[in-house]
Amino acid sequence: MKSNLVIEARDVVKTFGEIRAVDGISFEVKAGEIFAFLGPNGAGKSTTISMLTTMLRPTAGKLMLNRHDVTKEQASARKSFGIVFQDPALEEELSAYENMVIHAVLYRVPKKEQLPRIQTLLELVDLWGRKDSMVKTYSGGMRRRLEIARGLLHHPKILFLDEPTLGLDTQTRNLLWDYVQKLRDTEGMTIFFTTHYLDEAEEVADRIAIIDHGKIVATGTTKQLAKQTGTKTLEEAYLELTGRTVRDETSMSNNGLNVRTAARNRRLS
Amino acid sequence: MDFDVIYILWLRQMKRYLRSRSRVLGAIGQPILFLLALGYGLGSVYKRAGQGNYIEFLVPGIIVQTLLFSGVFWGIQILFDKRFGYLKEMLVAPVSRTKVLLGNAIGGATISLFQAVMIFIISAALGFRPHNWALVPVAFIIAVVLSVTLTSFGAGIASMVEDFQGFQGINNFLIFPLFFLSSALYPLTNVPTWLRILSEINPLSYTVDALRYTLINQSHFGLGTDLLVIAAALIASMAFAVNRFNRIQV
Ligand SMILES: Nc1ncnc2c1ncn2[C@@H]1O[C@H](COP(=O)(O)OP(=O)(O)OP(=O)(O)O)[C@@H](O)[C@H]1O
Ligand SMILES: [Mg+2]
Repeated sequence: MKSNLVIEARDVVKTFGEIRAVDGISFEVKAGEIFAFLGPNGAGKSTTISMLTTMLRPTAGKLMLNRHDVTKEQASARKSFGIVFQDPALEEELSAYENMVIHAVLYRVPKKEQLPRIQTLLELVDLWGRKDSMVKTYSGGMRRRLEIARGLLHHPKILFLDEPTLGLDTQTRNLLWDYVQKLRDTEGMTIFFTTHYLDEAEEVADRIAIIDHGKIVATGTTKQLAKQTGTKTLEEAYLELTGRTVRDETSMSNNGLNVRTAARNRRLS
Repeated sequence: MDFDVIYILWLRQMKRYLRSRSRVLGAIGQPILFLLALGYGLGSVYKRAGQGNYIEFLVPGIIVQTLLFSGVFWGIQILFDKRFGYLKEMLVAPVSRTKVLLGNAIGGATISLFQAVMIFIISAALGFRPHNWALVPVAFIIAVVLSVTLTSFGAGIASMVEDFQGFQGINNFLIFPLFFLSSALYPLTNVPTWLRILSEINPLSYTVDALRYTLINQSHFGLGTDLLVIAAALIASMAFAVNRFNRIQV
């Protein structure tokens, strides 16, 4: 086990009934890396993040976070990371500022740094002027910006960002990635993120893994992926690897079709 | 001990509660209805049967009712947090889940205690007088213990069920029988044997009894037995809640 690995997954499986959401994946992320986890809808990205962040127990396999076994040493693993969830996770009945304060205490931001950091981050996402409004009065994009500011508050060793830029305007997206890169450079933070904007991944990620139907189909730098597939851009490589059809409606393999249909029926019933 | 973590989670519950006035009023409406309808509706029958003042007898039971319904029902808060994502934010925090549970449960307990105190004040306005004011602080401590027991229980249940229907089911099959088959509404002296046995294996009866002892100087089981059962229920309920809460998957 190399010591500069902060995330390690070995043959990880997660099933929900007969759905194999994550189907035996293995990968490694080094300290200080910005790692993009790409894949079509329902590929298993969020499920992987949930397992890495102690929210879901894997059906099989081994997950290490900052050299702690995620299933056996949950408490230690939790001290190593921060996360911006794909789905909203704000307290709507409180103000933005109150949300930030609770997070600062819960995630152990040193007392002296709490207020200055809250102000810096709320200013960064341009919410300082609305800091005392209840979150339930925020627009979708404002909520997303607040979640991002909250996720950046406690400077963890590893930061998980599950589609952080979904629904954000270009300005805010650029701000976010600049800030994240700065955190990596100054604090050696490791970033694990998912996105459906391939230009984002191409621009900021050191390394990329592509997951499809719960299996990792390729890992490498943008250049390596393009070379491997004989294409020129990340987008072409991505489409080459994951197919051009829309997910959840039809699928490349028969097996895939059955699984997807089962998943859909389950959701509809 | 991370008191700041427990405090901030407690504070969140308080802020939410105090900002929604409808919740404050809604929660005490039901026990007041019970007190008025039963107290005045059945009071004369009770008196004619030679049992004395029914409202006086009823007040400790209604206080327990308030704690029971608002305490267990508070578990819905955990379900809301599950449904709207905030539970994740709390569960992946680098603090032990037991402390997360504690902060939340103490918040819930404070809210239900606050409601019980309001019921006590309203009862006093309706003419209820404790038999000995010196014992009122003891009654208060019993109420504190009961509220922690019940919010823990509610949190444990909420950790187990997936949705509101599930919670509602538990409510109907567990909480209503627990309340009606306790000594909250009637004395156990003249009831049929089956009902007496059911009430006597119901831990809630012992809290009602302890409150009755401290507030109106009546006791069926004796205060010693009451306190033993109350302590056992507290420990069992907290163990259940910690166990379930530590296993939540979101
Ligand atoms: N709690 C659950 N119960 C049942 N099935 C689930 C559950 N969570 C996820 N799944 C299924 O697991 C599969 C992977 O879902 P996941 O959320 O990991 O996808 P994703 O890659 O994050 O997709 P997206 O890009 O849409 O966010 C899907 O088929 C989904 O239906
Ligand atoms: Mg996802």
